[in-house]
Amino acid sequence: MSLLGLDAVEKSFPLLLHGALVTIEVTAMALVLGALAGLLGGLARVSPLMPLRGLAAAYVSVIRGTPFIVQLFFVYYAFPQVGLQVPPMVAAVGCLAVYSGAYQTEIVRGAIESIERGQVEAARSLGLSTAQAMRYVVLPQAFLRMLPPLGNEFVALTKNSALVSLVTVQELLLSAQLIISATFQNFAVYLTIGVMYYVITSVVSTGTQLLERRLKVYV
Amino acid sequence: MMDERNGAPIIEARGLRKSFGPHEVLKGVDLSIARGEVLAIIGPSGSGKSTLLRCLNLLERPTAGEVWFEGARINDPGVDVNRVRTRMGMVFQLFNLFPHLTVIDNVTLAQEKVLHISRQEAEARAQALLAKVGLAAKEHAYPNSLSGGQKQRVAIARALALRPAVMLFDEPTSALDPEMVQEVLATMDELVQEGMTMAVVTHEMGFARRAAGRIVFVDEGRIVADAPPERFFSAPESERVRQFLEKIPT
Repeated sequence: MSLLGLDAVEKSFPLLLHGALVTIEVTAMALVLGALAGLLGGLARVSPLMPLRGLAAAYVSVIRGTPFIVQLFFVYYAFPQVGLQVPPMVAAVGCLAVYSGAYQTEIVRGAIESIERGQVEAARSLGLSTAQAMRYVVLPQAFLRMLPPLGNEFVALTKNSALVSLVTVQELLLSAQLIISATFQNFAVYLTIGVMYYVITSVVSTGTQLLERRLKVYV
Repeated sequence: MMDERNGAPIIEARGLRKSFGPHEVLKGVDLSIARGEVLAIIGPSGSGKSTLLRCLNLLERPTAGEVWFEGARINDPGVDVNRVRTRMGMVFQLFNLFPHLTVIDNVTLAQEKVLHISRQEAEARAQALLAKVGLAAKEHAYPNSLSGGQKQRVAIARALALRPAVMLFDEPTSALDPEMVQEVLATMDELVQEGMTMAVVTHEMGFARRAAGRIVFVDEGRIVADAPPERFFSAPESERVRQFLEKIPT
């Protein structure tokens, strides 16, 4: 047993648990903000206003076209050079949200565009405005189509949260590394946090699946 | 503004043109529909008859020309199109019911969100209309559980819910199995009996013959014939109409 270092895991488990809570906290905040960014971005992408469409397209293009870790380091290390000190937690949540929001923008846009044109025409023929047609007719249907890819994106976001350990946020991975540097029990500790990550992502994906099943009543 | 005299046009299109890219679909159409009139619009596919109908409630923006409704020009930037559209019900070939809403919510949505009618009142009106189209029992069903004919009758109820002055039908039976065509036509016949003003793009010559007061024939973006049904069918005024009628069972 001690060969695998399970006793080290047992002793430091409270620290790992705390790290897991920070991971959940960071992920949850980034998820909410990222979903908001994705919704606004997706609506902007299908907006009749050219500048809005352009802005959203540029956002997606830049964020998707550069590594997350570069974005995170840029905010955490480069911003202070121009006098903008960003606390680690803010950089972590903000960067994750912006990064995930770019992917969610495309998910939202794709789902909105997949709704048959006749739906908007029927809504407009009944006197609903463009915004009302979007809100009462298109988005509720689009939301159901977004869920499977959003579930994927939420899982990806959860896993990406491990990267914020690099800007001193003591989430699950960094907690593990601190324990390892004191105990050298790589095997047991990495195995343990692997299981913990899996549990967290399972909750996320099961949650979206349940939501999807509940909303599917009309199909 | 409103002209209530019988026979005065409720809808009028003047010099209507519509292009999609380089393709001109409507090449200058003049058409007026009188209050209480039932107009059948027929013609070969691709002739522009659906586009003509869709220009009347501005689902398509005319490239040139004017559309008048209830005494006011409506294809004008200052006009509240949404208000105008509540006065013109539209029924589509593919029904376009809202699949995420129950049958009754399909019929109440615009009443509540556009006309700001209370939920109670909107529901009462929806129930009355669903009873009228023979679907009172389906109010809590979702559209996907209905047959095509039932869907189209719900769509008619949905359009009637706003108490429109005109009903526009865009090939309402073209996507239906033959046996369902009759139930939808029966519902439309009932509207005719009630004196509803209607413009119906259709391939149902039987309906056009018995229900329409007037038939216009559209070909290549122009109206090439405009006559009451007796004359239209017995003495076609143009060679093009005669050719068309020969190919179609009437």
